[in-house]
Amino acid sequence: MAHVKEDKNTYLAHFDRFEQGGAASDWFLPARKTAMARFTELGFPTTKDEDWRYTNVAPIAKIAFERADRSAIDGVTAAQIARLAMADAVGGLLVFINGHFARDLSIIDSLSAGLHAGSLAAAVESGDAVVKEHLGKHTDSVTQAFAALNTAIVEDGAVIRVESGKKIERPIHVLYLSTSTASPFVSHPRNLIVVGECSEVTVIENYVGLDGAKYFANAVTEIVVGDGAIVDHYNVQREADEAFHIGTRHVRLGRDSCATSHTLSMGGKLVRNNVGALLAGEGAECTLNGLYTIDGEQHVDNHLRVDHAVPHCDSREFYKGILEGRSHGVFCGRIMVREDAQKTDAKQTNMSLLLSEEAQVDSKPQLEIFADDVKCTHGATIGQVDEDALFYLQSRGISAEAARSLLIYAFAKESVSKIKVDALREQLDALLLARLPQGASFRESA
Amino acid sequence: MSESGSTIDQWAESEYKYGFVTDIEADAVPAGLNEDVIRVISAKKGEPEFMLEWRLKAYRHWLTMTEPTWANVKYPAIDYQQIVYYSAPKQNKDAPKSLDEVDPELLRTYEKLGIPLEERAKLAGVAVDAVFDSVSVATTFREKLAELDIIFCPFSEAVKEHPELVRKYLGSVVPTGDNFFSALNSAVFTDGSFVYIPKGVKCPMELSTYFRINAASTGQFERTLIIADEGADVSYLEGCTAPMRDENQLHAAVVELVALDDASIKYSTVQNWYPGDKEGKGGIYNFVTKRGKCQGRNSHISWTQVETGSSITWKYPGCILLGDNSVGEFYSVAMANNYQQADTGTKMIHIGKNTRSTIISKGISAGHGQNTYRGGVRINSGATDARNFTQCDSMLIGDQCGAHTFPYIEVKNKTAQMEHEATTSKIGEDQLFYMMQRGISMEDAVSMIVNGFCKEVFRELPMEFAVEAQKLLEVSLEGSVG
Repeated sequence: MAHVKEDKNTYLAHFDRFEQGGAASDWFLPARKTAMARFTELGFPTTKDEDWRYTNVAPIAKIAFERADRSAIDGVTAAQIARLAMADAVGGLLVFINGHFARDLSIIDSLSAGLHAGSLAAAVESGDAVVKEHLGKHTDSVTQAFAALNTAIVEDGAVIRVESGKKIERPIHVLYLSTSTASPFVSHPRNLIVVGECSEVTVIENYVGLDGAKYFANAVTEIVVGDGAIVDHYNVQREADEAFHIGTRHVRLGRDSCATSHTLSMGGKLVRNNVGALLAGEGAECTLNGLYTIDGEQHVDNHLRVDHAVPHCDSREFYKGILEGRSHGVFCGRIMVREDAQKTDAKQTNMSLLLSEEAQVDSKPQLEIFADDVKCTHGATIGQVDEDALFYLQSRGISAEAARSLLIYAFAKESVSKIKVDALREQLDALLLARLPQGASFRESA
Repeated sequence: MSESGSTIDQWAESEYKYGFVTDIEADAVPAGLNEDVIRVISAKKGEPEFMLEWRLKAYRHWLTMTEPTWANVKYPAIDYQQIVYYSAPKQNKDAPKSLDEVDPELLRTYEKLGIPLEERAKLAGVAVDAVFDSVSVATTFREKLAELDIIFCPFSEAVKEHPELVRKYLGSVVPTGDNFFSALNSAVFTDGSFVYIPKGVKCPMELSTYFRINAASTGQFERTLIIADEGADVSYLEGCTAPMRDENQLHAAVVELVALDDASIKYSTVQNWYPGDKEGKGGIYNFVTKRGKCQGRNSHISWTQVETGSSITWKYPGCILLGDNSVGEFYSVAMANNYQQADTGTKMIHIGKNTRSTIISKGISAGHGQNTYRGGVRINSGATDARNFTQCDSMLIGDQCGAHTFPYIEVKNKTAQMEHEATTSKIGEDQLFYMMQRGISMEDAVSMIVNGFCKEVFRELPMEFAVEAQKLLEVSLEGSVG
């Protein structure tokens, strides 16, 4: 246990720099202090905690990560960013290098009317009213150690705000790039997305790690969806092989709003996604879509919680996993239907495809229902490539390997096809095919 | 739904039909638990030395354990020193050889419950080993079973007459230290049933035990051990009712099943203990550990349960599928009305190759009832071609109740096929409307729909049990539907 205690000290030291106060951002200091106190109290979760039963974060706790500094920004070229930016498809780009905002690499000068995007640090500094109203209000920093840690020592992130009644045509791309550094570092990206009444916006949060980078990204995103608004949010995670990623996202849906949260996990060594949705206004519709493809020693844990607090809301959870090597996938979905939330329609699906002898899946699809006039279902399947389908394809002259690839691709495609941003969907499609043997051969028809 | 409010009220008022206390003098030890009490229990049962040691070992282990709190149930803390751990009806020292020797008061109790022992024994061909509180009082058809070398006797008798079997299998499925309540049971259990089906024998009749809790504040600690030797086949029924009482009573039974090569065990339960009154006062705490081990190849264990009683039900009959090609099944109907709470489900552990398991769970919540399905399916890395199918459906009746589903699925083998499905719904108003416009009363319509909902499970019950279960459900549901 000694090392764990020591490591809390690492973060306490990181916290020190905020404690002196005297800055324009002092209004946020009480929240930081409360969160730090909570983190100190909670410590890192262990597998004895029901919510962390299948995910051991000791490897994160063991390493004394350093605070990332801004110097890494200079090492990143515009060409590197261009390759990842999907610049043609997006209406705005915010680039963060090792958690720090890189103004020069970002494209935020010609945003559509009604859209505001920028750095959180600056917004906190200037005491932005919207940030003051929402920052830290939608994420649970009381029981969630990692969210508390983020709140306590967050440095920067993206703030995206859409005024009421605006339809933003092109998606906003928030790119978090982590580079290889001398010693392992930690960053606490924090995003706040506030969408006004009857507006519409698409946000892509993209986490990419460069080869050889070793770091821990502890990200938190809060999304506030105004009444009647439509939000499409993508979390694309392609962290480096040696990276740890804990991502917490919380969506609050207002009346008659519609939010979709996609979680696409490909990279990282140890990844945990906490996705929470609070259906706070009647008639809200929430979709949580997820796909992960992992191999080797990778570990991905998707923890979902959909809270139906009011009547007449719909929710859909659709998570798929493809596991190879000695990878370990975890799914825990919880649908909570509160006492008054009548006429709720909730559906949860979790499907996993096990492709190797040593891969492992743990699934906990849960329902908690306190209202009677509801329709709730959940389903979980775990299996391998269907022998009959394989035989059928082979009988049509497709080689065994290609047939297998085709079936795996088809399995993933169901999730990928839910991605509405063409550039992103094509990019992921290509990534998927690149992973499959003979995948390129049926690229055309796809 | 307001027009049906009056029906709700009427139904809610139906009382527990089986609530009465039989006035039989009980021979009890003082309340409390310590090593001396265990020695007294062991001495009273005339047990061999190894049993006493086994009990003491369990007790010492229990002292080191803490009561689990993870279940989705709420109840006031239990004071284990307030419980009377041994109580036996006072009568002749020698156990009765036939029904004539049984205390007439006792027989009247069974009659009130609608279980005419002799009639049932004759007509239904059921051998009944009736447990009244903690000591078995009557065993029928013993001779007929004895002809086939089937052993079906009270546990305390088995300890004396078949110590080698007891020693070999007791605690082999549920070790003494398995959990808090099984450790407690191991230390203080007073009686239960013991069944041994020898090699290649198919038991010619359903074996049945009626448990009944009596004598105020007597915890009931049953111990059941069923062994089906190679190629044997047995079906065992367990049914329960209990008298009305204010104080909560703890029931922590342990049931162990062992199936060797090609053996098959079917274990059916209808549980209708006192659920507490409409305000949730009183009622039985039913904290039971039930587990079967498919030890041999091609063995088969099937659990069927209908849980309508108890204020709190907390049990997970499970199967350890150790032998290749073994099959585990779990069929359950759990009903929580008024302030009842049920946290029940199963655990299927696939270890052998080609093992299969099926889980069908139907939960019905009404009134302020809280019903939780909690199930674990684990497919170990060696369990090639394992197959599981799980379906758990919940039905909600009324807007104050809750239905929860907490499945745990752990798969470590790529050849595994795992399916889990769950639905939650209420009785459709259109369904009710359709039936009522055909002249079927609201109550009948509801009971038909509920019975249809549970049909998959009832089908698994032996005939006479299925009828009883259906009736029980109707009674338990009364007053809760709208």
